[in-house]
Amino acid sequence: MLLLSILIVPLLGGLAVIAGRGRRSTAVGAVATNGASLALGVVAAVQVVRHGPMSAAAGLLRADALSVFMVIVITTIAILASWLGIRTMAHDERAHSGSPARSSLYGVLVQAFVASMLLAVLAANVGVLWVAVEATTIVTAFLVGHRRTRGSLEASWKYIVICSVGIALAFLGTVLVYLAALHAGGHSAHALDWTSLVAHARRFDPSLMRLAFALLVLGYGTKVGLAPMHSWLPDAHSQAPAPVSALMSGVLLTVAFYAILRFKAVIDVTVGPGFARTVLVIVALLSLAVAASLLITQRDYKRMLAYHSIEHMGLIALGAAAGIRLAIAAVLLHILGHGLAKSVLFLTSGEIMAVEGTTEIDGVRALLARRPALGGLFGVGLVALLGLPPFSLFTSELVMIRAEFAVGLGWAAVAAMVAMAVIFIAVVGHARHMLLGPPEVAGDEPSPPRWATAPLIGGLAICGAIGVFAWPLSRLLDAAARVVAS
Amino acid sequence: MSGSSYSSALTLAAGAVLVSAVATVWLASIRSVIQVVAVQGIALGAVAMILGAHRSDPGLLAAAVVVLVVKGTVIPLLLGRASGGNTGSRESRPLVNVPASLVASAALIMVALVTGRGVGTLVGSTAGALVPMGLATLLIGFFVLVARRRPTFQIVGLLMVDNGIALTAFLCTAGFPFLIELGVSFDILLGVVVLMVFSQRLRIEFGDVDIDELQELHD
Repeated sequence: MLLLSILIVPLLGGLAVIAGRGRRSTAVGAVATNGASLALGVVAAVQVVRHGPMSAAAGLLRADALSVFMVIVITTIAILASWLGIRTMAHDERAHSGSPARSSLYGVLVQAFVASMLLAVLAANVGVLWVAVEATTIVTAFLVGHRRTRGSLEASWKYIVICSVGIALAFLGTVLVYLAALHAGGHSAHALDWTSLVAHARRFDPSLMRLAFALLVLGYGTKVGLAPMHSWLPDAHSQAPAPVSALMSGVLLTVAFYAILRFKAVIDVTVGPGFARTVLVIVALLSLAVAASLLITQRDYKRMLAYHSIEHMGLIALGAAAGIRLAIAAVLLHILGHGLAKSVLFLTSGEIMAVEGTTEIDGVRALLARRPALGGLFGVGLVALLGLPPFSLFTSELVMIRAEFAVGLGWAAVAAMVAMAVIFIAVVGHARHMLLGPPEVAGDEPSPPRWATAPLIGGLAICGAIGVFAWPLSRLLDAAARVVAS
Repeated sequence: MSGSSYSSALTLAAGAVLVSAVATVWLASIRSVIQVVAVQGIALGAVAMILGAHRSDPGLLAAAVVVLVVKGTVIPLLLGRASGGNTGSRESRPLVNVPASLVASAALIMVALVTGRGVGTLVGSTAGALVPMGLATLLIGFFVLVARRRPTFQIVGLLMVDNGIALTAFLCTAGFPFLIELGVSFDILLGVVVLMVFSQRLRIEFGDVDIDELQELHD
């Protein structure tokens, strides 16, 4: 019942949007339902940590510590995104591209998007997981194309074609895992459940599982945005409305990565941790290299944020490659920290675009002097994202690097640090250009009201707080890491 | 169904899936390609039907009906409607010409035979021997996706990839549990609908374009 309501409550928010029509009330409804979902997620987390995993809906849904952790991440960022969603509608209205019908379609799709991500992490079996991830592709295609400009149309076409191919490969991988499970004598009704896969993985055919895992990394990795399957990501994330970019970059990428983490736990039992480690180190280092090389010459700040996501997905993949409990806990903390920082940055960049009228880095100057609130948020967000203390990304990156050395992947950690240094210099250069400088005349566009900046400040404050005190999360993180660590 | 007629019927149906994939490689008119998509969907449904009858598996028979309805009927109808009065239009300048494409398909079938054999022996029996056909369909679908530049052809390429995987899945595992099969079909149907909506919008915004003429976004 608890798990079902976590899924259904965001959909109620979608219904409220249809019924509400007025923009303010719809946004409030969506924020409230996402908040309720977060509260339910916290209740589920407490229960799971105390009493162990729970399941619902005739065994189709199951929550262990890892699932509830992801539920908390998704709903937290959904609150931020739906809160700022009301601003997006107002900007659209001013640009004369919005209408009440389009606004309510947008609101419904965002809530459906949140619900399908929640289904993905609460799914008890790999088939339902696949269906949910594919559903996110379908829903977000419309959201990426929401503005109906030429750029957004092109981005959504690329997005859906590339991700459909990716997700088809993931399906083939799932089929092969199922075949391995049936071959090892699994019963067809439950052979696809995570628990049964992990329990029987020792008897699976090793070469079949290697092939399956490679396909799964290729397939779900496309949705994670890991190089070399990342080409859709900068386009889609830069063209979508800001709250959608925040959700896609902040959580959708890591929801897809969650699938890889789960399958990694299965294949680690079958063939030992070596194979998954090799595959993940390769894609991780490739992603870091791609992100570093394209961030140096970046001229668009939304694309800059998008490439920054590719970097962080690379780091997360590298952390998962290490695979020990410490590393997985750091990966999960990084998922939360990156989600918070990145969604705040995308939401802030939406506001910057609305007042400055451009996404070119060259087009924005002296933001700190002219618009202290926006400039400050953007600057502090970047500080968080670049992994400086006190934010949680600093802690998680440090722990991940330590874990790499502990398992003999020190060389990969060194390579990653080189890429991170390049990225640091490039991003600081772009940020200096945008934020500093003598103030010229400010535009006549009003700065965002306090109710719009408050959640963004809150997001960064949480990101800083969990970097300093791990307290409410440490037990959950530890329990979640135990689920998939090798 | 006796053993030999079962295996020849299964081979025939799986072969039809592969032949229709090869057919899309040489066809240029959108209307005939849509007909081929329908044939492939029906052949895929037949594979599931034959397997289901052979194993007397009600879940698989139900899945076969879903495939026949969704892939054999609904998707081709929607594709036909989406291309509207435009069904006479042709792929004007494919990246790879037809003879070269056919040679490429032959090569892809060889690749599928080599790679599919391992998985096939694990499955065993007639169905296992046919696994390479599913993989070949998948690879040819990729080829269509890369080599053709009209939006409709790209949708068809994606469908071929999906059908190839579905064929492999039916042959390897006799299908997923029915509920999941239903979800998968529903997702694919929705995916095709979304792609068609976007191909319409592309046509409205850019005119009758090739995909690689889209050059708005770059670094």
